[in-house]
Amino acid sequence: MNRINKVFKNKKDILSIYFTAGFPNLSDTNSIIQSLDNSGVDMIEVGLPFSDPLADGPTIQQSSTIALKNGMTTTKLFDQLKGLRKVTNIPIIIMGYFNPIMQYGVESFCKDCKSVGIDGLIIPDLPVEIYYKNYNKTFEKYNILNMFLITPQTSIERIKFIDKISSGFIYMVSSFSITGAVNSFQKEQKEYFERINKMNLKSPLLIGFGISNKQTYTDAVKYSRGAIIGSAFIKHLKEKGVNKISDFIKKIRQ
Amino acid sequence: MKISYNVNKNGFYGDFGGAFVPEMMHANIEELKSKYIKISSEKSFVKEFDELLKNYVGRPTPLYFAERLSNKYKTKIYLKREDLCHTGAHKINNTIGQILLAKKLGKNRIIAETGAGQHGVATATVCALMGVKCIIYMGEVDITRQAPNVARMKMLGAEVRPAICGSKTLKDATNEAIRDWINNPIDTHYIIGSVVGPHPYPDMVARFQSVIGNEVKNQLKKIEGNENPNYVIACVGGGSNAAGIFYPYLDNKKVKIICVEAAGKGIDSGESAATSVLGKEGIIHGSKTLLMQTADGQITEPYSISAGLDYPGIGPMHANLYRSGRGQFISIDDKDAMEWGLNLSRMEGIIPAIETSHAFAVLDKIKFLKDDIIVFNCSGRGDKDLGTYIDYFKL
Repeated sequence: MNRINKVFKNKKDILSIYFTAGFPNLSDTNSIIQSLDNSGVDMIEVGLPFSDPLADGPTIQQSSTIALKNGMTTTKLFDQLKGLRKVTNIPIIIMGYFNPIMQYGVESFCKDCKSVGIDGLIIPDLPVEIYYKNYNKTFEKYNILNMFLITPQTSIERIKFIDKISSGFIYMVSSFSITGAVNSFQKEQKEYFERINKMNLKSPLLIGFGISNKQTYTDAVKYSRGAIIGSAFIKHLKEKGVNKISDFIKKIRQ
Repeated sequence: MKISYNVNKNGFYGDFGGAFVPEMMHANIEELKSKYIKISSEKSFVKEFDELLKNYVGRPTPLYFAERLSNKYKTKIYLKREDLCHTGAHKINNTIGQILLAKKLGKNRIIAETGAGQHGVATATVCALMGVKCIIYMGEVDITRQAPNVARMKMLGAEVRPAICGSKTLKDATNEAIRDWINNPIDTHYIIGSVVGPHPYPDMVARFQSVIGNEVKNQLKKIEGNENPNYVIACVGGGSNAAGIFYPYLDNKKVKIICVEAAGKGIDSGESAATSVLGKEGIIHGSKTLLMQTADGQITEPYSISAGLDYPGIGPMHANLYRSGRGQFISIDDKDAMEWGLNLSRMEGIIPAIETSHAFAVLDKIKFLKDDIIVFNCSGRGDKDLGTYIDYFKL
């Protein structure tokens, strides 16, 4: 069983943390993963930095710019992740934009993901229908799950289709918004979460975008199996550094 | 089966095009895709569009026989005078079309990206005309380089927001505009200024710009008794003026198509914008096309003395013209382009935009025949570039 499916089978109120590979320093990748694992995080998203991340807010874009300046590349990331599965069993997802993956070769990318022990991918600018038509078989061949986003504007038929072809989880974008931290959810967002919950989808839901603190995390898990935190964690890394990761997680989980 | 160089029903030109957009943009793109042809073919729309092009933009623009130039190069040279459009370039054909479309879609807030500022000015102009709120994203670097156009946009009531991430130029302004649209999907329409971006934008912009080529056909028929020139020639950054003049000739192989790209300081100098030579297939701003990038798939920053040509990609229509061989691609460096700015000014009394100057430099690269009919898209006027010309020639 894929580690992502296992975590949904065994755990509730899942906390998934995003960080950009190569930030703050080129070689921080493995120590960040281990600290997150040791702090009790349930799942990790490793961001493959891209020059033009148009679904992300300024915090993540800046971290990507720095990561690229530090010399992060797709090949380097796979190199860094080589020893990964000797030290941790936490599910790990790579989040990256389609162009770098396309240049690496989708099949080579999936193959290298499998060989280092990556469990799934999130590719925000690879639309579900293009994925399904061209790449689904390749992903299945290497047992790499692909996660899709839904938003308040995604139609019911489209959500049903996404649910049908998903084998991991569905990433529920909390609002009309690119990534970035907010303090609490609005009434419209809660109505949207409820509407999706009533659809009784087979895939578990995680809420992402705008989760920043204990309040929004607690709210999110009322309407889903868990939450994803990105920008708020990047900010913490930037301000407090790699050694203080457990402080951030404790505050969310306490 | 007859090959077409126009868009297919899936939004592709050969291998290029499509809509590689995040889910957050999907509903907006889908709405546009399902409505743009229907709305823009409605009688009332066509009537309003045509009237504004005639009475507000000043169309049809003349097809001018450039006699001195023709004599010198011993061939027949015509200029399609898009530089005479209101706001000084072809850009306004598209913004008129899109503002009318936005109104029909019930949108009351307009966003746009701009590099040199021409599209920003054309967008601010039509927003003022319609009384709609207008926000223009522009790279911080370009805001400094293109101060007169920033002032024009402000004068017209637009808010100019600097793009401060990445390289702070056109591609970053485009990223910011896309982000704005993701955050404001209900009330906002995004007016893309070129034949780039996710389907249906390349086709929609090409259709609004096709008025250029359609007029050429009629005018040439009257003047020469033949609607087909031997060559149509246009500069290509994103490629909207080229798409507009090529449009009715795309599938007519009697007419040769020449796309002129900016070589900057030279193809091999590391400072160039010649995407067809230096680019590779990839995804930029939601479209599969040729783009300049590192081996690792990071989009690189192009260079040209002309701010309107330094986009790291080209529209998917042009990528297909290149790959299929339907279009001939020529790159012209800064020096030759600048010389041609001066040549056209002094031989025909027309000061062209530096973008446009690139196209004319082809006259020194290709030997045309005496009976050839050549149509250049004189896409913009040079007022905005006077500062650059003056510095360059120490006038």
